Parts: sequence; structure tokens; C-alpha cells
Amino acid sequence: MSEASPDAAWLAGALAAARPRVVSALLRVFRDLDTAEEAFQEASLRALRTWPRTGPPRDVAGWLILVGRNAALDGKRRLARQAALPAEDALSDLDDAETPLAEAIDAQAYRDDILRLLFICCHPDLPATQQVALALRIVSGLPVARIARAFLVSEAAMEQRLTRAKARIARSPVPYGAPGPVERAERLSAVSTMLYLVFNAGYSAATGSERAALCDEGIRLGRLLLRLFPTDPEVMGLLALMLLQHARSPARFDADGEVVLLEDQDRGLWRRPMIAEGLALVDKALRHRTPGPCQVQAAIAALHARAARPHETDWAGIDALYAALERMQPSPVITLNRAVATAKVAGPAAGLALVEPLAGALGGYFHFHGLRGALLMQLGRSTEAREAMGRAIALAGTPAEAAHIRRQLDRLVGADSADREKI
Amino acid sequence: MLYAILCYKDEDVVAAWSAAEDAAVMERLGQVHEGLERQGKLGPSLRLLPTTAATTLRKASEPPLVIDGPFAETKEQLLGFYVVDVADLDEALGIARDLAAANPGGAYELRPVLLYNPDPRPVRGGLA
Repeated sequence: MSEASPDAAWLAGALAAARPRVVSALLRVFRDLDTAEEAFQEASLRALRTWPRTGPPRDVAGWLILVGRNAALDGKRRLARQAALPAEDALSDLDDAETPLAEAIDAQAYRDDILRLLFICCHPDLPATQQVALALRIVSGLPVARIARAFLVSEAAMEQRLTRAKARIARSPVPYGAPGPVERAERLSAVSTMLYLVFNAGYSAATGSERAALCDEGIRLGRLLLRLFPTDPEVMGLLALMLLQHARSPARFDADGEVVLLEDQDRGLWRRPMIAEGLALVDKALRHRTPGPCQVQAAIAALHARAARPHETDWAGIDALYAALERMQPSPVITLNRAVATAKVAGPAAGLALVEPLAGALGGYFHFHGLRGALLMQLGRSTEAREAMGRAIALAGTPAEAAHIRRQLDRLVGADSADREKI
Repeated sequence: MLYAILCYKDEDVVAAWSAAEDAAVMERLGQVHEGLERQGKLGPSLRLLPTTAATTLRKASEPPLVIDGPFAETKEQLLGFYVVDVADLDEALGIARDLAAANPGGAYELRPVLLYNPDPRPVRGGLA
């Protein structure tokens, strides 16, 4: 292998890395997702033919954008010749076929290009799983077969879903002009939510499964978003949250594939480099002094990550952070999470005082009865504790959850309260 | 003489690697490192987290300005460095070629070292 011919793995990596930028620029040029994707495919094929001979260009994305654009214009030209009537818009597109490379990859436009590409995946009419599947296909470029395996459906079914989702997007107007500051902020918010959905789709899956790889994809897209918005503390918080949660994944499942709860995890298995990156991002975000929900959740995850052993956890800090999160996004689930920390800091009675009013909202929720039972147990109210734990077992979503409650029932004396993985 | 070998590469390419691909590159690099270690030529080396985790202190203003991100926005980013003990530039280039074969793409900048302060801390484990 000469120095000018990078190996196949390098080529594949370079193409994958350039994909979001190239597809999003081609989408701006052609205003059609299928055309943009096909143009990227064609440019990639030409790169695989050309680069081993010539060496890669210095500007990989710029090369792919230009070649992809020319290839798609050639295709339109052929179509135009075959058509009975010349397609006006195709012909007018030819006029700027020789626009200089510099304009095609305008650095200012590229942030909005990629944001737009991510944003069209967040169409409000699309259910969450379809938004996630679409982003994985269009932005990440995962093969349909892999996405299908991640969502446990056949490749044909996933292909059909993606086609329908794309058709839905094509019918709605996508604003191609540069967004104003308010619109840009709205898009960023929608995209952030969608990226967390990508991550969560993987987080709920067992380690090593096709679906668990979606965590890595969510993190990769999070880094991409932070490169586009390097000073946005909420984007820092989002990436930090994903990193700090994913860092625990080697410890989250036991040999039988059952979930291991946070307080029972072997912290020696946590991925230290991911924690280091997450903690650095939390530190960076907090300097901005403009707190937001992602930052607060990341800060909570950071306090868990900093505790070498469960009893070293800064529960007072976590309690305060959950109180802040409650004010930003009032929700019974957040109050329930806060109650865990409150009980650790101020005792089971204080925790229970937060939990009891949630009975109406969370009566059908495993964690509500599990925590309530544990707190009642600590207060010596055994009969009520047994009853609550019985309900929790009935509502348990996994065998590990049920086993956790049973262990507490077995002890039923002076044990620790039920903390859990969820934050 | 001591040379610093600064490793520049498109971090998006590195981020696109799967865990297995990353491990394969590190394994190939590890073989080069072992050879250098045996010859007593390898000094400290390190791999940096992505530039999204970076913070920059601009000293031009008073007080200095703290900004998010790396010092320079470039196509290829500084992702790590080696310090190697070599006889001359040719030998340093030879090492860089071996590293390049194990990890293609990007560039190595070879810079002679002016001042070298070995790590004064007691030996302890790294991050990973």
C-alpha cells in the first residue's frame, strides 16, 4: 500500500464522517431527500474508484458535494432529454452547475444545512420511533437492514416505514432559507429531543444487541450537534448526559442479561474515558450559568459518576438538582426521583411525604410502589410496606425489578431505600 | 534528541469508527509502540478527548477570555502526541511512517523539543 492509497477502512470512515455534511448540502441544492441521498451514494462510489489511485482530496466533504451535485445534474439532464417536455426547473438548475466549490460548501450555511437535515427527521406527524429510524437512515447512513434489526422488524417492513415517513416529509414544506435566531433555537430544541430518543432506544436494550449500538449513534450525533453549536450549554448537557449514562452500560446487565440497579453495579466496570468527557462537558456547561433541563440531568448523572462507592454519593446535591429540575419541568416522575434523594438526606418520612401525593398520577407505576414500600419499611410500617411491595411486583416490567423488590421483602428490616438506575 | 510527534486527524472520522474498529487501530498502534519501547525510544504519549470537550483561554485580552472549543477550527484536529527519543529527523520520520501505516489518514507534525519536564508525580494509573 503506497502512502497515497488509504486502506478500505479509512475510506469507509471518511465517507461515513462526511455524510451528514454532504447529504445536507445536497439537500439544500436539490430540495429533495431521495435525490440528495442518491447523489451522495454516487459520489461515494466515485470516491471509492478514484481515491485509492489519486489519494484522498484535502477537502473530503467538498469533493463529495461537488461530485455528487454534478452526478445528480447529469441524471436530471438525461431525464430532461427523455421527457416529452423539458423540465424547466431542471434546466434552470444547470445554469449554476459551475458555481465554484467555495460556495457549495459555504461554511456559514453548513451549520444550518445539517440542522435542517436533522430537523426534517423531527416532523411532528411522525411517531417517535419513525423519527429515530429516519435520522439513523438519513443522517447516520445506517443500512436499512441494521435499523430493521434494531427495531426487531423485517427489512421490508422498515423499508416501507422509511418510504412512508419520507413521503410524509416531502408533502410538508421545508423552509430552505436561513432560519432566524428564534427558528434556529426551536429547531435545535426539537433535534435535541430526537437525539435523546435515538440514545434511549439503545439504552433500553441489552448490551451487545444491535439496538444497544444506537447509544453510540446518539452520542456521535450529539458530538456533531455540539460541533455546530459549540457554545450552547444545553447541547453540552445533552451530550454529557448521554456519555455519563452510557459509561455505566458495561455494569448495567448481569451475566443473565438482567438489569443491575445503580447501587448494585460494579463501578470498576464503568467506562472512565466516557465519564471524563461527560464531566468535562458538565463543567463547561455550568460556567455559562444558564441552567436547563439537560444540564441539570447531566449534573445529576455527574454526581453519581463521581461517587466511587454508592455511599459516597452526594445525595444533598442530587436532591437540590432534582428540586431545580422539578421547577423547570414539573412532573410526578421527577418528584418521585427527587424523593429518593430526599429520603437519603432527610430520612424516610421526608421522602414519603413527597411520594404520597403522587398516588393519583403514578398509581400504575412500578417505581412508585417500589419506593413507597421501601420507605414504609424503613419507617417500620411493615403491613403497608408488604402491600406496596406486592403491588410493585405485580407491576414490574422485568424479572430484575421484581427480584429487587422480593429481596427487600425478604429483608424487611432496616434496609436501604430503593434507589434505582433511572435518573 | 527529543521529537514531539503531534497527531492530527479529522476527529469526525475517528468518531465514525465502531468500538471494534477503534480497538483494531489501537492494537496496530500498540505493536508500533511496543517496538519503540523495546528500543527505549518512546517517551510519554497521550490521546485526547474530542475537541467538543475542549475549553480555550485567550490570553490576548485582560482578563483572559474563556471560550468553548479548541483554539483553532481546522479540518484536522490535534488528537494526541508522542515524545520520541531519536538520533535525527530521519529516524523520527521513520517512526511517523510506521505509525501512519497503522493508522492512515490525517498528518503527523514533527517538532523538535526545546524543554522537557518529565512527569514529576508518583507513578499512578491513567484514565482508561
